[in-house]
Amino acid sequence: MEQLVAPTSKMGVDVRHTGEAGTTEIKVSAQNVDVFYGEKHAIKGVSVNVPARSVMAFIGPSGCGKSTFLRCINRMNDTIEGCKVTGNIRLDDRDIYDANLDVVELRARVGMVFQKPNPFPKSIFENVAYGPRIHGLVHGKADLDAIVEQSLRKAALWEEVKDRLKEPGTGLSGGQQQRLCIARAIAVNPEVILMDEPCSALDPIATARVEELIDELRQNYTIIIVTHSMQQAARVSQQTAFFHLGILVETGSTEFIFTNPHDQRTQDYITGRFG
Amino acid sequence: MLGTALLLILGMSIVAFIVGRASGRRFLRASGSSIHSLPSYHGLFVAVWVGVPALVLVLLWAALSGTIVDSLLLASLPDSMTTGVTGAGLDLVLSEIKNVAAGLLFGEPRPEIVEAAARLNRWDALAGWAMVVVVFALMIVAFAVARTRLAPRFRARNAFERWLSGLMIAASVGAILVTVGIVVSLLVESLAFFRMVPIGEFLFGLNWEPQMPIRADQVAGLGAFGAVPVFLGTIVIATVATLFAAPVGLFTAIYLVEYASERVRSVVKPVLEVLAGVPTIVYGFFAVLTVAPAIRSTGNSLGLAASPNSALAAGVVMGIMLIPFISSLSDDALRAVPRSLRDGSLAIGATRAETVRKVMLAAALPGIMGGVLLAVSRAIGETMIVVMAAGLIATLTINPLDSVTTVTVQIVTLLIGDTAFDSPKTLAAFALGLVLFLTTLLLNVIALRIVNRYREKYD
Ligand SMILES: Nc1ncnc2c1ncn2[C@@H]1O[C@H](COP(=O)(O)OP(=O)(O)OP(=O)(O)O)[C@@H](O)[C@H]1O
Ligand SMILES: [Mg+2]
Repeated sequence: MEQLVAPTSKMGVDVRHTGEAGTTEIKVSAQNVDVFYGEKHAIKGVSVNVPARSVMAFIGPSGCGKSTFLRCINRMNDTIEGCKVTGNIRLDDRDIYDANLDVVELRARVGMVFQKPNPFPKSIFENVAYGPRIHGLVHGKADLDAIVEQSLRKAALWEEVKDRLKEPGTGLSGGQQQRLCIARAIAVNPEVILMDEPCSALDPIATARVEELIDELRQNYTIIIVTHSMQQAARVSQQTAFFHLGILVETGSTEFIFTNPHDQRTQDYITGRFG
Repeated sequence: MLGTALLLILGMSIVAFIVGRASGRRFLRASGSSIHSLPSYHGLFVAVWVGVPALVLVLLWAALSGTIVDSLLLASLPDSMTTGVTGAGLDLVLSEIKNVAAGLLFGEPRPEIVEAAARLNRWDALAGWAMVVVVFALMIVAFAVARTRLAPRFRARNAFERWLSGLMIAASVGAILVTVGIVVSLLVESLAFFRMVPIGEFLFGLNWEPQMPIRADQVAGLGAFGAVPVFLGTIVIATVATLFAAPVGLFTAIYLVEYASERVRSVVKPVLEVLAGVPTIVYGFFAVLTVAPAIRSTGNSLGLAASPNSALAAGVVMGIMLIPFISSLSDDALRAVPRSLRDGSLAIGATRAETVRKVMLAAALPGIMGGVLLAVSRAIGETMIVVMAAGLIATLTINPLDSVTTVTVQIVTLLIGDTAFDSPKTLAAFALGLVLFLTTLLLNVIALRIVNRYREKYD
């Protein structure tokens, strides 16, 4: 992934795609995506490519459509009444808005972690086992135990909860709950993990743990993270996309966006002149 | 006289308000913004000082003067009329005097009575005028006292606030006292019943035949007061109703919350509300004329003997009555489940049905349970449907195709027709009422506790 961090020299015609590496495998590709909430045009012609096995950060002022766009990628916008998505979004080159595509299967491949930790009112074990169970990924108790342990280990939570798996997930601290939600998401072995401000309800220590975790997870998963913290975006992501008023203003390698943005709006935003 | 007094109080309060407000305005002109309260609070302050104590006095007077005048009147009667006469006899004499005093003459009253009636009229007039005078004096005194307290820095606003909160406390204490009074009267009558019929026999006896004679010329059974068949009948009907209403109501709620579009919801919800507003007597008709015959003929064609008034008919119709109740409480419970939980489940790839079953219901279960318990307690206390559709004979059975009777039905039948409040037949109604009250109270307390505990979790 190293070549992604270094700004490439070729950025001629399309300034908005600064520093994009043409050679890497593209996991998620969006072309001309528009989203409407009833009359409201929330996302306007957004096109972006997300490279596989890396972290891409979505940044931008509040209300610019980061969450909305994120929800297009696992079709969670379908659950919002009056929300309409047009354009083309591909996962591994397959149109996810295709009529033949099974949404349930898509969401198993594209996991999501929410802004506020939302463990189910069940035991820690049941929270993690939920996904594998409903998708029939396991055969037998031993199998399930193994998946739960593995997921909790990957989420760096195993050591803290291995003796209390039967206790309710809602009894954990906020940071632990968020890692539990991450474990829950990776238990179904997704390919992409969407994270919508996963640390905004956490203290700095818990945030650091989650960031560490994200850094490890990118070995195996493609991660898209929405964040309001410039530092966080700089720390965890390789790619950054800057949204403004429903438009994708600029996207490119994180280092490039943060040191040498092309657009005045991007510069103003990351230097804190508006937001 | 009472009317005059009340009008007087109203008039005086208004005058007091105007005077108080005028003082407030004067303070405002004199000392400008350093006045503590708005002029209208000065007015209100004086007005409540004048009005409220006077009102309390009038009400007390009206409540007590009757008995005082009565006892004075009795004391003034010649000994020949009162010696040896007690209780009901004295009441009879008193009411005769009052009738005569009001100008209602039956035959030729005794001269002592006529004399007493004249005395009564005189005293009543006197008492009335005395009340008006005393109240007026009280208001003048209160007015003077309140006036002296007014000053630019006087905190009329806070003082009025104290009066208001006192008024609200008085109102709630009044409501509680009424409730306590009802319970006490229930208790007293029940205790009278348990002196005649042992409490053990009432609670555990298997034979209920309360229609015993209360006059010598009536022909009836000897009376047996074992209430188990009545309790059992109530339980059977309430169970049928709950088994019918709980799933239907719950599924309705799930449909409305999870699946129905805005358009469908805007039709179904009002319809359910209409269902909740149908008078229970209409449900009763429906049970008697439609459901019971249908159940009977279905039962017969299946080779099952169903009695014309089956517990099933009453229970099912009662269940229909409970559907909107359960569905709206379950609806609330399901809606209170945070959207984030639902989204969390959907985002893992669960279908809607899986999400409802495994996450929403699990989270909303306490609320739903509470709702069902409240519905059960309504089913137990429901009267009209069972009076019309359930039977009168207390049979010891749990077969829903049999005719059974319920606690409420028995209370109604025991208090209809000849009643005498010293017969076990009549008093049994109070014992049943007490059991009913305690049961529904218990159910409501449990239900509310469950519902509240679950509220705390998400708010
Ligand atoms: N369910 C909805 N119905 C209608 N409008 C919506 C809905 N969700 C979002 N919007 C609108 O769409 C726009 C984009 O919202 P979105 O939540 O995607 O912003 P965001 O960038 O995630 O903001 P934040 O950083 O505050 O989370 C906003 O103007 C918002 O008001
Ligand atoms: Mg957002």
